[in-house]
Amino acid sequence: MTTARENRLGWGLVAPALAWVALFFALPFALMLGLSFARLEGRVVVQGFHLDNYLRFFTEPALFRGLIVSLEITAIVTVVSLALAYPLAWIIAFRVPRRWQRLALVLAILPFWTSYVVRSYAWLLVLGQNGVINRALLSTGLIDAPLIMSATRFATVTGFVHFFVMLLTLTIYANLVQLSPNYARAAADLGAGRLATFRHVILPLTLPGVMTGAFLTFVLCIGDYITPQILGGNNELTLPQLIMMQLGRRGDFPMASAMAVILMAVVTLAYLACARWLRMERV
Amino acid sequence: MNAFKFFLGLHQDWLRENTTMPRNTIRSTRNRRLAALAAGTALALLAAPASAQSLNALVWCDHADPELIRPFEQEHGVRVNLREYEGTAAGLAILQQSRPGDWDVLVIDAVDVHRAVDLDLLAPLPAEALPTADFFPELVLEDLNTRDGITYAVTEKFGYNTISYNRAAVDPVDMNDLSALWSGRYDGRIAIYDYYLPVLGMLALNEGIDTADLDAEALERLRAPLLDLRARSRQVGEVVASQTALATGEVDILVGGGEWLTAVLAEENPDLDWTIPDQGAVLWAQSIAVLADSANPDLALAFVQYITSPQGQARLATSSCYWGMPANIAAGTELTDEQRAILRWDEQDTFLTRAQRYPVPDAELDAAMQDLWTDMLQN
Repeated sequence: MTTARENRLGWGLVAPALAWVALFFALPFALMLGLSFARLEGRVVVQGFHLDNYLRFFTEPALFRGLIVSLEITAIVTVVSLALAYPLAWIIAFRVPRRWQRLALVLAILPFWTSYVVRSYAWLLVLGQNGVINRALLSTGLIDAPLIMSATRFATVTGFVHFFVMLLTLTIYANLVQLSPNYARAAADLGAGRLATFRHVILPLTLPGVMTGAFLTFVLCIGDYITPQILGGNNELTLPQLIMMQLGRRGDFPMASAMAVILMAVVTLAYLACARWLRMERV
Repeated sequence: MNAFKFFLGLHQDWLRENTTMPRNTIRSTRNRRLAALAAGTALALLAAPASAQSLNALVWCDHADPELIRPFEQEHGVRVNLREYEGTAAGLAILQQSRPGDWDVLVIDAVDVHRAVDLDLLAPLPAEALPTADFFPELVLEDLNTRDGITYAVTEKFGYNTISYNRAAVDPVDMNDLSALWSGRYDGRIAIYDYYLPVLGMLALNEGIDTADLDAEALERLRAPLLDLRARSRQVGEVVASQTALATGEVDILVGGGEWLTAVLAEENPDLDWTIPDQGAVLWAQSIAVLADSANPDLALAFVQYITSPQGQARLATSSCYWGMPANIAAGTELTDEQRAILRWDEQDTFLTRAQRYPVPDAELDAAMQDLWTDMLQN
């Protein structure tokens, strides 16, 4: 049974964190939510409770398509990053000698050390018509004309995947190295081959790490503005790009707030789905 | 980091490992350093008011060039704090979210000066203290920079949104006719500068509509050619993306470009050029103003005078972010022959007669233009 003194101590310990969340998350979010119901009339923001911004978002194809584009790109990035990160994490965890694993991880996270913007511009030069890839392919005679890769969705996805493979590798690696080798041995004793062991034992046990990494990828990818802005060539606009347009060009803070609330709702739904799935797995 | 720890003397392990000083010497050294640090800080704080005067300017990126700002700082013994912004809406939002007195100087699109005046943001300027008599007459822009006879801003730099291109990859003769962009000869080799006002202005000129006559009805006439041009283009990008695309050969033509975009690339690739086609081009101009709530109005005015002086104008014209023509003709003597050639100094009289001003839409037309632009980007 906790005493009043312990209760106070508990609240005292939690208070700084609560204050931080209230001040830097709850309050700004409440302000943004309130502003999303305001309206821009001419160039003046008129406070009130209007649903115009939300209605406009769902009825104006160019705006709604931003959400679809964001979801499509995020889905592709998550799947491709997972497909690349899992084998990489596996190799580092089980194929690289233990004394080299730390170095391998450092190499894996090396791209994090450079500026995000610089990295995106570097990809622009790599994927360009006169970039490294096209020059290599042309010089080897594999192609006759340069491939168009920059300023495309492919370029955006490539920029994202380069970043998120590293993130996913870390989360999956952390999961893999915690697995006791006895699981695989027990499966082998019961006659399971390597593939069956992976499919029925290793993969299910590492899925929480995979899901956590995938969720992080989803959140960071769907809210990113820089990569599609630099690499996508404005050939299709994601939701964060459209939000920036409302702010920088129109000065339409209510519309930008409404779109940000919608983006947050999508992320919340993804989180709930992920959390529900993880709870089901545990059951 | 180690140097920092060493200076403070707080990292005793570091000292033990890296020196042969006994422990009491280490402590004494640390105490002396802390005392020195405290004394230094106190002196700095005491001395602060003498050199604390600073000027806060909300500017475009061309003002961030140290070659432009340093001479003013040295002459007046002040520090100029700069914050860059893009787009009038973003600039006005920053001002509205700031406390009165936070900002002293504002650089703004000349066509948006009245917008700032409507919001009571700008202070009147003494017209007699400004060198507008030396300006290109077309660039005094009295109708934009003044209201009811009161001057609120002064033009500082101008240029053209027109066609930039790579001479090595494009027939320069074609670039004299805007309709060449729709001819099919350059499909996939065109980029569009991502700013709706000048590009829609150029499309209006191509349709025979004066930029001043651009209204909702005329805007609809631009929809089809705009979407068609978009389909023929590789990308729509802001300044850096457009420069990169042109410099790396990703595209050969930039719609909406001009000397401001190619001049900084001319040294690396002299084939990058610009022209004003027969249909004309859109004239851009930026103005500088003092904010009504400025805490340093005299210093702010001195800054405006410096920027519009021949020396300031020459430095601003050749700023590292982007080049542009100085509004003050007297700056010509401060520029080298090569710089004047890149800016096409001697052709300005002709260019100015062929260029039309930015469209100045009201809020409703502005929203319609941006909707069209978003449609274009998303389709």
